Amino acid sequence: MSTTKIYLFVGIMTVVVATLLTGLRNLTAGQAEINEKVFNKRAILKSLADGLDGDLDVMTDEEVQAVFNDNVQQYVVKLNGSVVEDMVAEDIKMKKEVKKADGDRNLPLFVYSNPTSGKTYYITAVRGKGLWDEIWGSIALEEDFKTIAGVSFDHAAETPGLGAEIKDNAAWVSQFTGKSIYNDAGEFVSILVRKGGAIPGNPHQVDAITGATITGDGVTKMLEKGLVQYEPYFATLRASN
Amino acid sequence: MAETKIKEAKEPLFGKKERKLLVDPLLDNNPITIQVLGVCSALAVTSLLMPSLVMTIAVVFVCAFSNLLTSLLRNIIPNEVRLIAQLIIIATLVTIVELSLKYFDYPTYKELSVYIGLIITNCIVMGRLEAFAMGNKPWKSFLDGLGNGVGYGIILLVVAFFRELFGKGTLFGAQILPEGYFANNLMVMPAAAMFILAVFIWIQRSRNKELIDIS
Repeated sequence: MSTTKIYLFVGIMTVVVATLLTGLRNLTAGQAEINEKVFNKRAILKSLADGLDGDLDVMTDEEVQAVFNDNVQQYVVKLNGSVVEDMVAEDIKMKKEVKKADGDRNLPLFVYSNPTSGKTYYITAVRGKGLWDEIWGSIALEEDFKTIAGVSFDHAAETPGLGAEIKDNAAWVSQFTGKSIYNDAGEFVSILVRKGGAIPGNPHQVDAITGATITGDGVTKMLEKGLVQYEPYFATLRASN
Repeated sequence: MAETKIKEAKEPLFGKKERKLLVDPLLDNNPITIQVLGVCSALAVTSLLMPSLVMTIAVVFVCAFSNLLTSLLRNIIPNEVRLIAQLIIIATLVTIVELSLKYFDYPTYKELSVYIGLIITNCIVMGRLEAFAMGNKPWKSFLDGLGNGVGYGIILLVVAFFRELFGKGTLFGAQILPEGYFANNLMVMPAAAMFILAVFIWIQRSRNKELIDIS
């Protein structure tokens, strides 16, 4: 077999494959992008738990889009409490934002108004480290900016059945609902994922997942660092009310 | 291994030999339990039935069509670069699967993304290309790929069935075992797939003594 023929074969094959795949990618890219947006919107709405008007599991993609268009207002806020005007919250990539210096960081905030109950919820975004890779989530706060209405977490590579339970285990996730990130003295205390189980009646603790200590600690740290960042903006809202 | 030697005679489209190509890998020459290939992904994706089903469809597609394409090109692929050519064929098909998943079922794409890419390195696919498709006609190669893909899939689904049922008490996400069932966390761990696989191999070999030490 001559070398020329080998080059020719490899050359032709590469061109055919590259053309085919590029074409297919361009064809599917539009819909894929929409799918990704809906996926992220679902994750945000999921944090509302019972605060959401409707059942997220049976909602179609169009209905999810509609909820976002009709009932959700998006804001981008800074650590000093100011609002950035020309940015859309859902376009913010938290992965990049957490690496920025405090003054440059943009934080997405989704304000959901439940059309049935009339209640308003403030959904914040947090991101941190689990055992193997990054973890992130949406935390929905009630109108007092203290009480957690619900949370939803996701992860890049936590162990299924252990760390991945922060996403998969609905019972564990539901523990956060009703907890408070402020103590009675008005100090920010966040939520502790407590190994050995939350102390009964303590409004600032939830049970850890057995066998997933590091992921649990990651959640604790992520909440502590992430939620306090919204405080200056919430302070301006409180003042204006 | 059963590299069936097929004579170059005129044969019916779906004769005895073709049937054997398709059916053999399902049980008696199963790629996972007899040839013990592709175990890595069998451990990784089988904690739930739904992703296992999607993975099965993806592997059947890649396995059948990479066999077909390789067989069609077998006489013009230069021997010196045949492994590279096979890899490109597999990688192309895997990319097609990945793009389609992104298009049709984004949540499953998110769940499986790493493992879909890893189909490229699944020994079953490349093994069939080297062992069968490079030396056989397209139709037979297609059937061989189909058989091996489905054989892989059957095991995946069997393992996922037990892992989801006992690990979560559900099947395809629907609650099967009563509410009070205390989920067995071991079943959710990859190690559980190893136990189920071993039990499957044990049953299979005790029913058919010929399979013992065949590999």
